Amino acid sequence: MTKHRLFWPAAVLVAMLLANLLFTPNFFAVHTKEGHLYGSLIDILHFGAPLILVSLGMTLVIATGGIDLSVGSTVAIAGALACLYISEASDPGSVSTVLVAVALALAVALVLGAVNGLLVSRIGVQPIVATLILMVAGRGVAQLITDGQIITVTSDPYRLIGGGYWLTVPFSVLLAGAMVGLTLLLTRSTALGLLLESVGGNPVASRLVGIRAHRLTTLVYVASAVCAAVAGLMISSNVSAADGNNAGLWIELDAILAVVIGGTSLNGGRFSIGGTVLGALVIQTLSTTIYTIGIPPETTLVFKAAVVITVCLIQSPQFRAKATRRRTTAPGGQQPKPASADSKVSA
Amino acid sequence: MQQPVLEVRGLRKEFPGVLALDGIDFRLFPGEVHALMGENGAGKSTLIKVLTGVHPADGGQVTMAGRPLRITGPLQAQQAGISTVYQEVNLCPNLSVAENLFIGREPRRRGLIHWSELRRRAEASVAELDLDIDVTARLDSFSIAIQQLVAIARAVDVEAKVLVLDEPTSSLDRDEVVQLFTVMRRLRERGVAILFVSHFLDQVYEICDRMTILRNGRLEGEYLTRDLSHVQLVSRMIGSELADLKSLAAESHRETAAPEYRSPFLVAEKLGRRGAIEPYDLTVRPGEVVGLAGLLGSGRTEAARLLFGADQADSGTVRVNGHATALRGPRAAIGHGIAFCSENRKAEGLVGELTVRENIVLALQASRGWLRPLSRTAQDDFALRWIRALDIRPGDPEAPVRNLSGGNQQKVLLARWLITDPKLLILDEPTRGIDIGAKAEIQKLVAGLAEKGMSVLFISAELEEVLRLSHKIGVLRDHRVVAQLANDGSLTPEHLMETIASGARR
Repeated sequence: MTKHRLFWPAAVLVAMLLANLLFTPNFFAVHTKEGHLYGSLIDILHFGAPLILVSLGMTLVIATGGIDLSVGSTVAIAGALACLYISEASDPGSVSTVLVAVALALAVALVLGAVNGLLVSRIGVQPIVATLILMVAGRGVAQLITDGQIITVTSDPYRLIGGGYWLTVPFSVLLAGAMVGLTLLLTRSTALGLLLESVGGNPVASRLVGIRAHRLTTLVYVASAVCAAVAGLMISSNVSAADGNNAGLWIELDAILAVVIGGTSLNGGRFSIGGTVLGALVIQTLSTTIYTIGIPPETTLVFKAAVVITVCLIQSPQFRAKATRRRTTAPGGQQPKPASADSKVSA
Repeated sequence: MQQPVLEVRGLRKEFPGVLALDGIDFRLFPGEVHALMGENGAGKSTLIKVLTGVHPADGGQVTMAGRPLRITGPLQAQQAGISTVYQEVNLCPNLSVAENLFIGREPRRRGLIHWSELRRRAEASVAELDLDIDVTARLDSFSIAIQQLVAIARAVDVEAKVLVLDEPTSSLDRDEVVQLFTVMRRLRERGVAILFVSHFLDQVYEICDRMTILRNGRLEGEYLTRDLSHVQLVSRMIGSELADLKSLAAESHRETAAPEYRSPFLVAEKLGRRGAIEPYDLTVRPGEVVGLAGLLGSGRTEAARLLFGADQADSGTVRVNGHATALRGPRAAIGHGIAFCSENRKAEGLVGELTVRENIVLALQASRGWLRPLSRTAQDDFALRWIRALDIRPGDPEAPVRNLSGGNQQKVLLARWLITDPKLLILDEPTRGIDIGAKAEIQKLVAGLAEKGMSVLFISAELEEVLRLSHKIGVLRDHRVVAQLANDGSLTPEHLMETIASGARR
């Protein structure tokens, strides 16, 4: 069972949830209030939804051997644009206004993603550099849109996206779930997943078998930007405000971490959507834990870092092999038990 | 007799499901060149990897100069005096030659790298191999052959007592092999024990004093080279009788004339690319095997890459089935039914982390596009059918392809293209670095495909192989097609060699 790709991310998540039980005995309690589900687990899903989305897009980018640092800025731009449009509309509460605002944000995300994608695939800029441009510049664009202020909106339909409920469940959770499902369908029920893994695993060979690697590469950056934009809508909708300075700040790093915890290699190739979702939940649970067990604010970053390092070590087959080997070679021990030859394969 | 520098007793190594080495005894004496012989999968690579610390042994003893040695890792093996040059060059292509030579042991002065000293020593080190290259140039600016020699220079330079050369000649041309052998003889005189692995039997007989033969992970025997004839060697390696071999050779020998009567599938006129290959003409008819012969670096691969659109031609035209076409990229070529197996299996062929099944269906899936996926059942059918047809081992379609041996990886590549049902199959060194058995199988397969009407462009450094398979042979030299010869039965390897050497025009 430990061989399964999702075993370690899942084990880490379960361990982290159980650890919370020690501090918060009713941690797993979920109850309904006014037809809405409430509870710590629901909170983790609710607040984790934007990160799940951003990580989802990031997974596809990383599968091709790239990386997208610009998602945080895209989050901010999308939220700022939507809020600006709604706040200046004559009827901020109408569904049509909100739909236009959402469409506007998504359209801009398409453009931003295409720019990233074309820089990487056609011009051949290294992904980290290409997306760094938008990471820095995009934050500035978001601030220009909001004029450096926080734009607040009062619009019930817009509030639904990130803060509303549907069938007792937070709407953002449903939305994230739907997008995860759609991505799974697109990558695993078509050949898209295989072709992406091929491009990430060996770009030269992929070109020589006739895969349109340029097109695929562009596509994943567009997908990543769209995911980030939806996350941006959620975040701004949840607080009914757009903050160009802080919305989605450093979310790209959490997303990359989620992908790695989920078992997708930064070198590209094999990717796991399920693993990424687990990874994002691990990170969100960690953030929630920090609040619930009352870690002093000045030590949260250190605490977070320590946990993340531990998680990464536990997941490394090489580290586990080393740890077990040390235990089995007691003094006077024979030839060390060799690390199983397939440990590298399952990495 | 003197004491062996390296001795192995009862070595055992097991991989999940496979007993790769079963009780191997092996001795290596100072000042000898010792060949390790065996088919692919016989355990040669595993033995080398155990000796060099890549894999830990599961049982048995290793002694070095009489003292027991426990090899725990590559660095430790190197410190014990065992240096290795692998089949695939593993240096850093983005660093200079000098940096590659001294990486990890740079000469220092007051804690900083002493660059001028480093350069001086690097120059001395390559001069030792009669190599005249700029040591400050990036390694990847040189051919694979030169890179290989640099790897050897590095291995030799670390005061090795035992030098392991795993297929060092598979990417070298004749002159370079001679150069390598000179270096090997010099090292032998110095008392270095050299373990040499090669599929070229002639080279083994030329350079080696003794040999150890493995078969199916077991020791077949240890012999003095002069006591064993070619035929005896081969029959011990494959464990079958001579008669079988002869019939295999006879079967794959071709005497049929080129199918001149059919209209050509592909006609290239004045096709060329500056700096890669001078403009050449080529006609390929259905059912025809066209051989490309020439030394390594003579432009064989470059010529083929233009026909596949892997590189863009800057002059000339290509007509496929009579229609002029611009081969703008591999995808366009594949659309015309052209397939290309690169000589560089690892870098340009396989996606190592994907499974055998995924690698096999990749080209077909790419041409169908992502919206028309092959069902899992169809993929399994293809994979299992071709694993059986080509005897790919291990026969598990879900094994990552990088775990397969070279010969089996080549078969996976062949399967990948064969399921696309190509009209023209370009094979660049398909038999390089693979054993005799697999080689004969691939040759037989090529002959069979041509009989069924497929055109094949067959590139190989082995002239006998080109002669055996081809209807027509293009000879290349210095990035130029110098002759196109009809293989009418009168052609001999000597003819070809003379043509290559003299560079005569038609």
